Amino acid sequence: MILAWLILIPFIGGMAAWLAGGRPARWISLAACAVQFVSALACWLSLGEAASPGGIVIEQRANWIPAWGISVHLVMDGLSLILVLLAGFLGVIAVVCSWREIQTHIGAFHFSLLAVVTGVTGVFLARDLLLFYFFWELMLVPMYFLIGLWGHERRIYASVKFFMFTFVSSLLMLAAILGLVFIHQRSSGSLTFDSAELIRTPLAPAQAAWLMLGFFLAFAVKLPAVPFHTWLADAHTEAPTGGSVLLAGLLLKTGAYGMLRFALPLFPASSLSFSSVAGVLGVVGILYGAVLAFAQTDFKRMVAYSSVSHMGFVLLGIYAGNEIALQGAVMQIVSHGVSTGALFFLAGSIQERTGTRDLQRLGGLWQIAPRLGGMTMFFALAALGLPGMGNFVGEFLVLLGAFKAFPVLAVLGSVGFILSTAYALRLVQESMRGPNHERWQLNDLSARELTALGIMATVILWLGLYPRPLFLAARAPLTLIEHAVPRATETAADISEPPKRRPR
Amino acid sequence: MTSADILALLPLVIVAYGAVVVLLVGAFWRNHTAAATICLFTVVAAFISLFTVAPLAPRQITPLLRIDTFALAYMGLFLLGALTIIIFSHGYLERTELASEKYYGLFLLAVSGMLVLAASTHFVSFFVGVEALSVALYGLIGYAVRRPSSLEAGLKYLVLAGAALAFLLFGMAIVYSEFGAMGFAAFRGGMPGAQGWTPLVPLGIGLIIVGFGFKLAAVPFHTWAPDVYQGAPAPISALIATGSKAAVFALLIRFSSAVALQDHASLVMLVQVLSIITMFGGNLLALLQRNIKRLLAYSSIAHIGYLFIPLLAGGKEGISSIGFYFVSYFITTIAAFGVVSVLSAGNSEAEDLDGYRGLGLQRPWLGAALALTMLSLAGIPLTVGFIAKLYIFAAAAHSGLWALLVIGVVNSGLAAYYYLRVLATLYLHPSRAGVQWPDTDPASMVVLATLIAALVFLGIFPTPLIGLALYASGLSLP
Repeated sequence: MILAWLILIPFIGGMAAWLAGGRPARWISLAACAVQFVSALACWLSLGEAASPGGIVIEQRANWIPAWGISVHLVMDGLSLILVLLAGFLGVIAVVCSWREIQTHIGAFHFSLLAVVTGVTGVFLARDLLLFYFFWELMLVPMYFLIGLWGHERRIYASVKFFMFTFVSSLLMLAAILGLVFIHQRSSGSLTFDSAELIRTPLAPAQAAWLMLGFFLAFAVKLPAVPFHTWLADAHTEAPTGGSVLLAGLLLKTGAYGMLRFALPLFPASSLSFSSVAGVLGVVGILYGAVLAFAQTDFKRMVAYSSVSHMGFVLLGIYAGNEIALQGAVMQIVSHGVSTGALFFLAGSIQERTGTRDLQRLGGLWQIAPRLGGMTMFFALAALGLPGMGNFVGEFLVLLGAFKAFPVLAVLGSVGFILSTAYALRLVQESMRGPNHERWQLNDLSARELTALGIMATVILWLGLYPRPLFLAARAPLTLIEHAVPRATETAADISEPPKRRPR
Repeated sequence: MTSADILALLPLVIVAYGAVVVLLVGAFWRNHTAAATICLFTVVAAFISLFTVAPLAPRQITPLLRIDTFALAYMGLFLLGALTIIIFSHGYLERTELASEKYYGLFLLAVSGMLVLAASTHFVSFFVGVEALSVALYGLIGYAVRRPSSLEAGLKYLVLAGAALAFLLFGMAIVYSEFGAMGFAAFRGGMPGAQGWTPLVPLGIGLIIVGFGFKLAAVPFHTWAPDVYQGAPAPISALIATGSKAAVFALLIRFSSAVALQDHASLVMLVQVLSIITMFGGNLLALLQRNIKRLLAYSSIAHIGYLFIPLLAGGKEGISSIGFYFVSYFITTIAAFGVVSVLSAGNSEAEDLDGYRGLGLQRPWLGAALALTMLSLAGIPLTVGFIAKLYIFAAAAHSGLWALLVIGVVNSGLAAYYYLRVLATLYLHPSRAGVQWPDTDPASMVVLATLIAALVFLGIFPTPLIGLALYASGLSLP
């Protein structure tokens, strides 16, 4: 039952928080996320490295809609474990960073927050495709309300845009799921939505290509891959701090997870022939996202576009497909979740104190708030990929792995390192250094903020200096994914032609 | 006709006599609540009688009617729907000062028409059912005589029903001229398969389908719907959107399985085109509506478009998915119109969407109820609407209707936009200064709460309803 509890704990906590309201809601939510995080951690520690061949596996199955072969099939392997840990961790952070920002409808806010965490956790654990889709859509409505009710100036526009992009793309995935299920039924005679069964469906190449595209579109919008990224900047910028943390830290990751878990293993052959396109999209994302980030004057918008760039690395890594690149992608997922979460946290702290996120109005904050300055510097360095921090490990491994599959793309992608240095340093320069035009007078980070950011900084350093536990946990599932794709060496050479599309 | 035949017709008999009793009692004792109570008990008694009738199914009663599990399940749905609408009507009529006992006589007449349609296997019973339903609806739609929009809507519906009837009768005449019989059995028995049909037959059936199209408000025969929904009293809008449509659709299912619709390329093409333009038409026209009743009208047009997909799929999957969809659609649409009628008072209805601003925060329960109905209509998980949509899309996938499936999926995405706008109005916009929502009546609120509970429960545990939908797919031909 532990896996079901991992999903239910945040939900029950959210209901309790809603009923309690006010100050108790904050504590209840904090406790719920902490309990989820600790129970996931306990799973990891109790099973340790003595893992079965498929990774750390806890499997649970119960009937849900037997008439259609839909079951509550939950599996936790190393990959799911890492991401559930991330969900619990960022859940705690999201509650902490909303502590003073949210003053209206406190109970409902925390319910929405925890409902998103519930949906995300479900996505990371579900193996039944319909259950997966169920959780996938479950995240949407609470996130819509988080942006729309507690967001900033253009919140309604941003929330509708977010909803429509994700909803339409996931409906295409639903069509693809149904297609796959009925093709499977025709060939095997049994109606099931369980991905463990569907993985063996014999598909004609044309069928596989269409179905794969349905899945890929849903995941690419969530990731987001260029050209489906336009919802992201608005949603991240207008969301309240806690919402931005969850969006950047968790929701984007569900896209990457979906590709790893479903798009690649279910449609190995067509994914392989598609991989050069996906790789090009990834590199375009890296470069274009970085250029866009450099051009922004809004703190949150800059961080939002930097996510497009960083998730480009993830896309490149996933479709490069060898173990090094996949490990890099997972590492990048985790480090980006933590470091970008921290940057949004800082953006929230700054906005709370100054009332603005405009980089042209900020400046000179370091002198008056040295801890704020130091933390911003630290996480900006993490974002630009300084060695010793988790992001460097992730991006470096992705490029290393991608170089084997598509050398030209890897070379182009590595330019992203330079561009990210440019925007990250500009972020620190314009917000923290320089003259204090507006004569800001503000309190430095409080103990609450400093503790949360300190823990996040520790995690980033841990990932950068001793990433081994993470690699070990992710190894077995990633090996399975790698071997699912029949990657012959000569095909790898064939598809490594230069990208046809140049970054805008 | 044996006594067992009469027993099998018990639900219909009870409702028909109920209508007479309501009118007779009204002649001596004019009391609104008493009439509503009699009406309520009639519907409940008819519903209970379904269980005594069930062991007799399937049974052909004269060439006109057939009581099979399909008919029984749809009758049950109509009666339960009518039950909720009666309770909403009582509170609504009290608040809007329209209270009068005649309403319930007409209401029961409409319900009896719906019951006839669910069991009809003959052009004559088809015609009688449609007429009983339509004649009662003329009166009910124009019931709010002090509102010009209500009278206008009644008149519009009269003209539309006349047009639909003309198409139906002409189609029936052509089919009769070819087969010399009016029972649906003739299509199978009279001539084997499609090869034996002269070109005149598809023409006649096509005209009948156009008549159906008018009644179901399929595009391009939909233009009456928004005006009628807007003008009619809110509970009657709910009745037109749900019972009236589902009854005609149930007959359409029976009719198309009798003519083996899937085997005739020209008919398949006709329904396909109707389906596609109805989905797109309904959803595109709904996008910019600022009036919630008109928005629900266009939304219900689009939903009929979705339902044509499983109709084309046919078979057990198709027919059971339609049954499931209608249950979901009844729960959701009646609850949505229920919120509108609960908020209507005096001489005006709560139809302007701007009037709902901030409802979600000021009146959290009513707001949440309307929000959940919108999510269910959009097909978001945790609501029964999601499972219903999944069911019809699965039926489409099962029959290999990929193009229609993708078009349906695209339309669901499109539709989410306007449902989301209602959600935004409820929660994200500040409420209008000085807006006063009327006091609600407890009976309506209990019904609303039950509907919403069913909406969420069936969204999580749909298994019992799937079983019922399979029971309802027990369509048998004489």
